[in-house]
Amino acid sequence: MGSPVVVEGLCVSAGDAKLVDQLSFSIQPGEVLALIGESGSGKTTTALALMGYARRGCRISGGSVHVGDVDVLALKPRQLRALRGRTVAYVAQSAAASFNPSRCILDQVVEPAVLHGKLRRAEAELKAIALFRELALPEPELIGSRYPHQVSGGQLQRLMAAMALITDPEVVILDEPTTALDVTTQIEVLRAFRRVVRERQVTAVYVSHDLAVVAQMADRILVLRDGCMRELSTTERLLTAPQHEYTKSLLAAARPSPRAQAPLADDAEPLLRLRGVSAGYGPRGADGQPAIPILSDIDLELRRGQAIGVIGESGSGKTTLARAVAGLLAPCAGTMEFRGQALKPRLADRSRDELRRIQIVFQSADTALNPSQTIERILARPLQFYKGLSGAALQRRIEELLDLVQLPRSLAKRLPAGLSGGQKQRVSLARALAAEPDLILCDEVTSALDTVVGAAVLDLMAQLRRDLGVSYLFISHDLHTVRAVCDEIVVMQHGRKLTQVARRDFDRGPHHPYYEQLARAVPELRRGWLDELDAQRPAPVLRAV
Amino acid sequence: MTSVSTSGTFPRPAPRCRGSWLTQFGVVGVAGLLVLAFWGLAAAFGPALLSRSGAAGGGEVFAPMSAAHWLGTDYLGRDMLARVIEGARYTVGVALVATLLASGTGTLLALLAAASGRWTDAALSRGLDTLTAIPGKMLALLMVAGFGSSIGMLVVTAAVIYVPGAYRMARSLAININALDYVTVARTRGEGTLYVMLREILPNIAGPMLADLGLRFVYIVLLLASLSFLGLGVQPPSADWGSLVRENIGALADGGASVVVPSLAIASLTIAVNLVIDNLPGRAARERGAR
Repeated sequence: MGSPVVVEGLCVSAGDAKLVDQLSFSIQPGEVLALIGESGSGKTTTALALMGYARRGCRISGGSVHVGDVDVLALKPRQLRALRGRTVAYVAQSAAASFNPSRCILDQVVEPAVLHGKLRRAEAELKAIALFRELALPEPELIGSRYPHQVSGGQLQRLMAAMALITDPEVVILDEPTTALDVTTQIEVLRAFRRVVRERQVTAVYVSHDLAVVAQMADRILVLRDGCMRELSTTERLLTAPQHEYTKSLLAAARPSPRAQAPLADDAEPLLRLRGVSAGYGPRGADGQPAIPILSDIDLELRRGQAIGVIGESGSGKTTLARAVAGLLAPCAGTMEFRGQALKPRLADRSRDELRRIQIVFQSADTALNPSQTIERILARPLQFYKGLSGAALQRRIEELLDLVQLPRSLAKRLPAGLSGGQKQRVSLARALAAEPDLILCDEVTSALDTVVGAAVLDLMAQLRRDLGVSYLFISHDLHTVRAVCDEIVVMQHGRKLTQVARRDFDRGPHHPYYEQLARAVPELRRGWLDELDAQRPAPVLRAV
Repeated sequence: MTSVSTSGTFPRPAPRCRGSWLTQFGVVGVAGLLVLAFWGLAAAFGPALLSRSGAAGGGEVFAPMSAAHWLGTDYLGRDMLARVIEGARYTVGVALVATLLASGTGTLLALLAAASGRWTDAALSRGLDTLTAIPGKMLALLMVAGFGSSIGMLVVTAAVIYVPGAYRMARSLAININALDYVTVARTRGEGTLYVMLREILPNIAGPMLADLGLRFVYIVLLLASLSFLGLGVQPPSADWGSLVRENIGALADGGASVVVPSLAIASLTIAVNLVIDNLPGRAARERGAR
């Protein structure tokens, strides 16, 4: 049974800036409280403060945190060390970065129990195996002897939960534990977490930016923005009758509605046509097949002005498809046609005009913008390169582009580090638009963004398509996103195209079973969705994820 | 531009277009610049301003500081001030030029290796590995024996010895940058290798490479001193600072100025180089903007 957590007037500051301001809430024993908000809202900072921890450069500047009858903020460093991992445990977002790659998993999972002197090593190992079984991990007796790189991301996340639970903590903090996973994996992990949390009756804090996920896990939801509490109520009430404006916008963004789109003329000319395209990495063998084949036999037709979504789990070959079209990876078989002419497989063989017509926008805007160039220079380069613009004409075009992606012109002189995630993604789009392309390859463009920011970027993309008539090849693992902007959806698995679904058939079945599975795996924004899903398949299949 | 105002939604405007170029260095950076400028001027004009030449000896050996000899005299009774000022030419000139040459060449080759294909990379890497395999001093010995000892030769020798290290460093940085999305975007735009090297990769490895340059500078000063010790470096009666330390080592027991001053000179130059590098305006701005 967990302990109650009472937080009163919590303040965390970094220098003069307040990251968390006068936050008060309490959690009943065995209750799951969700902290929700966009990045920078202070949700992780709050979660860490529950363990009496502030990140480097931050300081817990006021308030009190009680776990059970312990005043956490009054503890000395030694006592804090005894508290962390034993009374309060933490599950971080990226399990891959949280495990030591050079030690086997079991050693690391039993460490908290042994370190805190709670169990002897042999007992701890038995307990760990029981926990692995409870978390529905495959081969619970053997998985512990593997190394972190030998298991999948979803398994690693559950192993980390086992590490947190091995000391029977009274409070567990789950910090975006499923954000880095794709939908089908996420659902398995959620299911495992929820069962353990329910059965053990631990008090839990679940940090997330995804309302739909939180709706399955939490009893109550606390909405944070700019370090202040905006709303705190039970999950049902928050979902059905949100009080605060910000909560309403979160809810709206979590249910992406199809963006209005002029119907595509049936006789629109084909822009891109792929026939039997196969590609892979590594040296090619005697049969012309690469050592690691990724894509096999893809057919695809994209008409001018059309947006086609490509979905699939990670490793399904969606990004490889975009790389092949962009010329970054030469296909080993098949033909590509662009505007009725053969598209050369290699970048070096394509003409500058062909290059201009296909642009690519990446997932992570952090790595897609050169950090040492100002926004102005980033946007100026394609204009100079393709169009030879200079002087006032160049300046004017840069301003037009910034207007087009709805960024203030004053950003032109900044470096990318001075921009928020959503702004960076808009700059990436503007850079692609600078070339006036026919086709933009969008690789998970909204995956790294918060729901609200991502929704705004989707709106922008839909509008650009209406206004400029560009086509998109829109790659995503999120079916909702794809449905919101695309005319057709291509479903990929293991490098093959399974099916293609047109917009008018989105809601009409039956579709390919894998499409149905993906569609079901997207958490819905209502309570009990996961329960219904479980009820539909009474004997849960233990699938390796 | 109609409005260049950087205020607004973001609380921390990028510190561009504000203040003069010099103030962006900060106090510490400016101090480093001043020391560098001092030694630069001393190397250029110092010997002409001195009343006596460092070559003129015959006075008291290891004399303490006095009005006649501000920094005392060395082991042959020569004026230490003149020796240090004249030594600045060799240390600042030879060491700095050699360092710039080594780091510059290493970085350029590394950029080429990272930005072009597998074969160029392999050829360059293996070639420079071979160079690393030859002990530095041995190589210097060979080169001086083959081509004679001159200032130009010393610069080239020191540079050649330290190119592989700079190359390794820069290559490992550049390979990482080369894998980032913005370089991929530049490639799909159709940019040539030179643009990718100089515009996309170089500015992003410049920070660590400059730090490396500071370290390499120290190594080269030490290399020159040890070459002089073998009689292969700057030829007597001229001497760089490293040689000055070595030849006056006898004064160490008494804490004589003749050994302390050249050591301080080396330290001041090295620290100044590193201070300036650490406070370069672009770098500071990036770090402030980053978090």
